[in-house]
Amino acid sequence: MADLLTVSGLSLKTADKLLVEDLSFSIGQGERFGLIGESGSGKSLTSFAILGLLPASIRPTGSITLGGEQIVGASERRLSSLRGDAVACVFQEPLTALDPLMPLGRQIAGPVRRRLKREGIDSSRAAVKREVRVLMEQVRLPDPQRLFDAYPHEVSGGQRQRVAIAMALACQPRLLIADEPTTALDVTTQAEIVQLINALVADLGISLLFISHDLAVVGQVAERVMVMRNGRPVEIGTAQQVLTKPHDDYTRNLVAAARRFDAALEGGA
Amino acid sequence: MLAYMIRRLVILLLSLFLAAIVLFVLLRLLPGDPANALVGVGATPEQIAAAQAQLGSDQPLAAQFVKYLRDIVQLDLGNSFVSRASVLDEISRRLSVTLPLTLASFVLALLIAVPFGILAAVKSDRWYGLLLSVVSQVGIAVPVFWLGILLVYEFSLNLRWLPSGGFPLRGYADPARAVQSMILPVLTISIVMSASLMRYVRAATLEVLGSDFLRTARALGESHTGALMRHGIRNGAVPVISVLGIELSTAFLGAVVVEQVFSLPGMGSMLLLGIQQRDYPSIQGVLIVSTLLVLMTGFLADLLQRVLDPRLRQGGKQ
Repeated sequence: MADLLTVSGLSLKTADKLLVEDLSFSIGQGERFGLIGESGSGKSLTSFAILGLLPASIRPTGSITLGGEQIVGASERRLSSLRGDAVACVFQEPLTALDPLMPLGRQIAGPVRRRLKREGIDSSRAAVKREVRVLMEQVRLPDPQRLFDAYPHEVSGGQRQRVAIAMALACQPRLLIADEPTTALDVTTQAEIVQLINALVADLGISLLFISHDLAVVGQVAERVMVMRNGRPVEIGTAQQVLTKPHDDYTRNLVAAARRFDAALEGGA
Repeated sequence: MLAYMIRRLVILLLSLFLAAIVLFVLLRLLPGDPANALVGVGATPEQIAAAQAQLGSDQPLAAQFVKYLRDIVQLDLGNSFVSRASVLDEISRRLSVTLPLTLASFVLALLIAVPFGILAAVKSDRWYGLLLSVVSQVGIAVPVFWLGILLVYEFSLNLRWLPSGGFPLRGYADPARAVQSMILPVLTISIVMSASLMRYVRAATLEVLGSDFLRTARALGESHTGALMRHGIRNGAVPVISVLGIELSTAFLGAVVVEQVFSLPGMGSMLLLGIQQRDYPSIQGVLIVSTLLVLMTGFLADLLQRVLDPRLRQGGKQ
């Protein structure tokens, strides 16, 4: 079967700076792929390029095909019909990623209504509301009755991220991009959100592009990973191989640092 | 919300009280006794003493202050030294010119500033977006009276479309002429006001355009325009509303100048006339009523902001 997402020879540059250089990877149907790198390594820019949401000052070259459609150079009209349908995204900071002035239920209702319309099925208020309830249960939001009318600032960080996940799932995308979805959360909540994403992706059979600087988190999610540094690919392989027997020096350092950090935490506890 | 409204009203009354104190002190600091102004030049000492007794300015300051506050609370703003007419009646007559002038200018300024401000932000990378920003910058620097004179020159003297000033004696009983005489003054205030408002609208829109929640909406398939309509307007409105109260007050003050340029019988010209004639009750009355109006505008803007932003509502409970 053809891959859902194929990135080949992707470079991203501003007028005077090369941000991402010659990046190639692909994600198969239902595959969970991890993108690892420190901040500034170009991993988030790569996800924006896949979404077709790069700032106007950054020019992409190379090729990104998603479900057989070329993203690089595609018209805004084409891109906005692909977003939501083929790809949806969960971002890092759920507080700013949600509209502060809109109740959570209505925020989830937005993508739900778009999907129902796209599929040409009943998109009446009642139908949308029913679907929102189902999604809220799917992402295990407690007390949906109350949270439906609550505002983002009134719920916890983990609950906000669940709302963001519900919004992404509302699109029923073929590829879910999760861009550092756990970084803004505390450790316990992190584990819950990772579990939730894993379970949903497996249940719904969608592909996942999971972006993080946290090796341990990526290790729990991804089957294959790629390590990026300064906008360049460093190493790509199965999660097992890259995270336990890395070939590249940089990856080896990352893994060693993560181990030392864990050891220090355990020693200190 | 109710608790907040009550607290906010208390603050309003306190501010009014403070303003009344400042006004009382300022008027007493002015050189000369109002009694002199009342009886005119060449009055005998007996006449001046009689006038002082009539005005109460021979009383100790504390007693004068108590009487002054009691009168304000009872909405008794006294009688004009010059015309002997009730100051409150005169103010309400003049407000019937100044309030419509201010409100119409305000609404027109919003109608200009909101669409153009949004356009200037959304198209900030195009030449016309930049041009709009430049025009608004220049507009802020334009003095109100100068623009007024310019409009009179063009529309009254050259084109002869509109009266250069004045207001029909019969007021709104002559609606066509009343409206005609308002057009140029309203244009003058709203053009200058829309320039500064446009900058606020543009800044608020730029902030929304760069926001994460707009990116989320677009990442989930919402079109750019759709996302702006659904999330942008409300979020952009909150910071703009916070300056609307101040802007409306500015429009009210701008009316003082514009009423002079177009010789309109409003609050502004009443204030200036009062100062020229040393008509203390008139000055005092105009300033108290203006202060109250400005404070009420701020109050309404605050309430509106709270209705729009749930985060402020919660902050009020704590």
